[in-house]
Amino acid sequence: MRRALRLLAALVILAAAIIWAATGGNRGWTKTSVPVKTLDQVTGIEGITYQPKFLPGVDFLGAAFAGGVFLAGVSFIFRKPKTNQPTNNH
Amino acid sequence: MKLTHIIPLISLSLTMAGYAAPESFDFKDPKGVNNAVFNLDAPLESVNGSASGISGTVSFDPENPGATSGKIVVATETMTVPNPMQKEHLHSANWLDVAKYPEITFETKSLANVKTDDNVTTADVTGTFTLHGVSKEITVPVKLTYLKDKLSARVPKMEGDLLVIRASFSINREDFDIQKGKFEDKVSPTVNLTLSIAGASPKQ
Repeated sequence: MRRALRLLAALVILAAAIIWAATGGNRGWTKTSVPVKTLDQVTGIEGITYQPKFLPGVDFLGAAFAGGVFLAGVSFIFRKPKTNQPTNNH
Repeated sequence: MKLTHIIPLISLSLTMAGYAAPESFDFKDPKGVNNAVFNLDAPLESVNGSASGISGTVSFDPENPGATSGKIVVATETMTVPNPMQKEHLHSANWLDVAKYPEITFETKSLANVKTDDNVTTADVTGTFTLHGVSKEITVPVKLTYLKDKLSARVPKMEGDLLVIRASFSINREDFDIQKGKFEDKVSPTVNLTLSIAGASPKQ
C-alpha cells in the first residue's frame, strides 16, 4: 500500500506537469476560457469573444503538487511490511 | 403671397438646409463587436477582461463635432475574465456587486480641445462616470470617427451612418469605493479602461 500510494503521488505530480507543459506552460492563473479577437472590417474595432478552453496555470501545478505530497504523506500511515528475519533464539 | 414674402422664406429654407441636424447614434451593437476592455496590475499576472454589454445613445453633428453629447452604458454583468474564480470575485458584493449596481455609465457634459481632420475628431470629453454607485466627474481623451453611409456595409439593407468611439483612460477603484485600502498588494488600485464602440444612425 505504501508503495502504491507513493507511486500514485509521483504519477499525479508528473501528469500535472506534463499537462501544464503540453498546454503551453501558462505561468498565470488557470483559465477556463480564452479571448479570441475578431476584426470588424468596417469599423476597425477588434471584437472579443471568449471560447471555452482549459488552460492550467501555476495554481493547477500547485494543487497537483499538494495532492501528491498528501498522498505520499498518507503512505507513511501504513506500516512497513514485516520481513521474516532469522532469530538467534536457541 | 407676395414675392417680397416668398424670397425671405426661400432663403431661410436654403439656409436651414445648409445646417445638418445632429444625428442620434444607437450603440446597441447587433454584431456584438462593441467592447470595453479593462486591465489591472497584479503580482502573478495582470487581470485582463472585457465587457460586451454596451448600449446608449450619442448625438453627433458632423458639422459641429464639439456639440457631441450622450451617454454610454456598460452592463456590469457582462464583465468577464478568463479565470472563473476571478470572475466570481469580480461580480461579488465585495467588488463590483453586479446585483446592486447593474450598470456603469458615462454621460458627457462638455468637450474641449476639439480637433477635426476629415472624418476623425479628437477631443477631451468631460462627463460623469458612475461605477459601483459612485459618480465622479472625469475627463477622457476620445477619438470619434464618422463613417458616412457605412451602415449598410455592416447591416445589410439598412442605410445610414456609423460613429466609432475609441477612448483609453484610467480610474482608481478606490475613488469608487471598491475595496478601498484593501488588497493593494494583490490588485492594483489603478484600472485601465479601453472603449472601442460603434453606433448606428439609420436613415428613416
